[in-house]
Amino acid sequence: MSKKKSSSSVRKLSPAGHRWNVASRTVLAVAGGYAIAAMATASLSLALPLPRAQAVMAATLFSFALYCALIIWAYSAGTARRAWFVSALLAALPAGHLAMRWATT
Amino acid sequence: MNGLGFRQANSWLHTWSGLLLGWLLYAIFVTGALSFFRDEISFWMQPTQHASVAHADAPQRAVDAMQAMAPDASLWSITLPGPRNPTTQVRWFEQGERRSKFGGQSVVLDGTTAQPLQVRESRGGDFLYRFHFELYGMPRLAARWIVGIATMMMLVAIISGVITHKKIFVDFFTFRPRKGQRSWMDVHNALAVLALPFHFMITYSGLLLLMFMLMPWGVDGAYGGDRQAFFSERGNRAAASAPAPSTDKVPADLIAVTPLVRQAQAMWPSGVEQITVTDPGTSHAVIELRERGAGSLLDRGRSERLLFNGASGAPLESPDAAKPDAFSAIYNVFSSLHLLRFADTWLRWLFFIGGVLGSAMVASGMVLWVVKRLPQRRKQGSHLGHRVVEGLNVAGIAGLPVAIGAYFWANRLLPVSMQARADWEIKAFFLAWAACLVHAWLRPHRKAWKEQLGILSLLLALLPAYDLLHGGGGLLAALTRGSWVAAGMDITLLAFAALSAAGVWFLRSDRAKTSKRPAAASEGMEGVSP
Repeated sequence: MSKKKSSSSVRKLSPAGHRWNVASRTVLAVAGGYAIAAMATASLSLALPLPRAQAVMAATLFSFALYCALIIWAYSAGTARRAWFVSALLAALPAGHLAMRWATT
Repeated sequence: MNGLGFRQANSWLHTWSGLLLGWLLYAIFVTGALSFFRDEISFWMQPTQHASVAHADAPQRAVDAMQAMAPDASLWSITLPGPRNPTTQVRWFEQGERRSKFGGQSVVLDGTTAQPLQVRESRGGDFLYRFHFELYGMPRLAARWIVGIATMMMLVAIISGVITHKKIFVDFFTFRPRKGQRSWMDVHNALAVLALPFHFMITYSGLLLLMFMLMPWGVDGAYGGDRQAFFSERGNRAAASAPAPSTDKVPADLIAVTPLVRQAQAMWPSGVEQITVTDPGTSHAVIELRERGAGSLLDRGRSERLLFNGASGAPLESPDAAKPDAFSAIYNVFSSLHLLRFADTWLRWLFFIGGVLGSAMVASGMVLWVVKRLPQRRKQGSHLGHRVVEGLNVAGIAGLPVAIGAYFWANRLLPVSMQARADWEIKAFFLAWAACLVHAWLRPHRKAWKEQLGILSLLLALLPAYDLLHGGGGLLAALTRGSWVAAGMDITLLAFAALSAAGVWFLRSDRAKTSKRPAAASEGMEGVSP
């Protein structure tokens, strides 16, 4: 999986470091991306100002585009830490919304 | 990725997401492209029905045949001859029998004489269609998840691939032949860009068709897990049922259907697809005519229906289709474009070609992976992972069509009276595929390509030849009858035979050049054989 290193400003990773880096991003992309997309779908289904069935349709239609964008972000962020941090920020919104709904009902 | 720019990171993602499930995606694309012609393939796999020709009186003759065969049935369902199948397919249910989609008694009638035709036990095009999203021999749900995950990876590969190529439209017009890796890159780009809207549409709609399985959290959250409530609230599932008549059921003759069919044909340009008669031979009989194809995709290509009292011929109120909301309409358009049940022959061909381009795009991407790593392999010697990918490439890309060819041959060669005949057709498919995999690893890489493409070419070219001798005249007879459904399949088989023969020829001529100038970079698909 060797790649041309184009930017010298970023520290080069050792082979083991590279493997951990890819593994970390893959976990974020596959599991984290799905979790965020799933929470966003559930949250938007409740929050969109549409009749309930239409809100569910709209949120679910959109979910795969969101998942795809999250996967691409997980691999293209400058560092794995940054990818995790921004994803966590993104997750906070639907997670907070769902937690509030759950607490009030 | 650390140390990589945005585009390079996407190039990395494109390479690895494409490779990991590439062979599965290729198989899904190939069997999916063939599924656009599912009915035509099923018909071709019933050679005893090929002489059937649709007749204008087919509706009335089919109803008369039903009156003779099943006068006391609770329901007749008559699928009329059409552009995709020139036979009449009838099904009936006895009194009290549950009316399921595949239950009851079914018979295939000649489109002109309405005499029963011999049916050989075969899954036909349905096997390829099911394989396309449920694979084979595994739990249906698990298979759909695997296909769903592969489809998601396809979406990621498409988007990251587009990001990788900044100059995507310039790349489209670039072709550098016989430059090894660069030629494969150009081919891959051209195939991808040429049908990019199709690739995106077919991938995203594939996800949408599985979306309530893959992403159920919206429904589950908003409806507390009650899917039924969601579907009825979305409300485009109006049940088609006539109001119960107030009078008692007494025996009564069924009126002639020809005038009703004429009336419907005047309204529907593509004609009537199906006649359903409930309680035939009684005063409660209801005749339902269903439109072939559909006018609008917004309601998922719903066909219109007309209902008549079967004893008096009086029109009954037809159920109104609910008008879908905007988001359901988006879903309906995408899923109709994927299922393509509404389409005429030309659009079907266009989508088939899209599917073939998609298959070729996936295949060229995987060949590119091998070719790109050749110089390194030459320097460092053979590598197990590289050899595995090479073998899988040959058996996946050339071996799958060989397996489909074997499936078609089994359909022709297995005795008609054989036990579990349909299963043996499918076994022939998998045995041939397994043989291709073993062959691909035993033979040197380039020879494996040439031999499998050669076998494929022979298998496909000889099928129409076999039918010419054994199948009641085959292609020539079909052309003289003007039966384009059967003839189209034979011509397509010959076209793909020619294409794979061209592949064999390409590999041979490329080899001659490479051996003349071994230092050149034009290695094509040459392997790492010692």
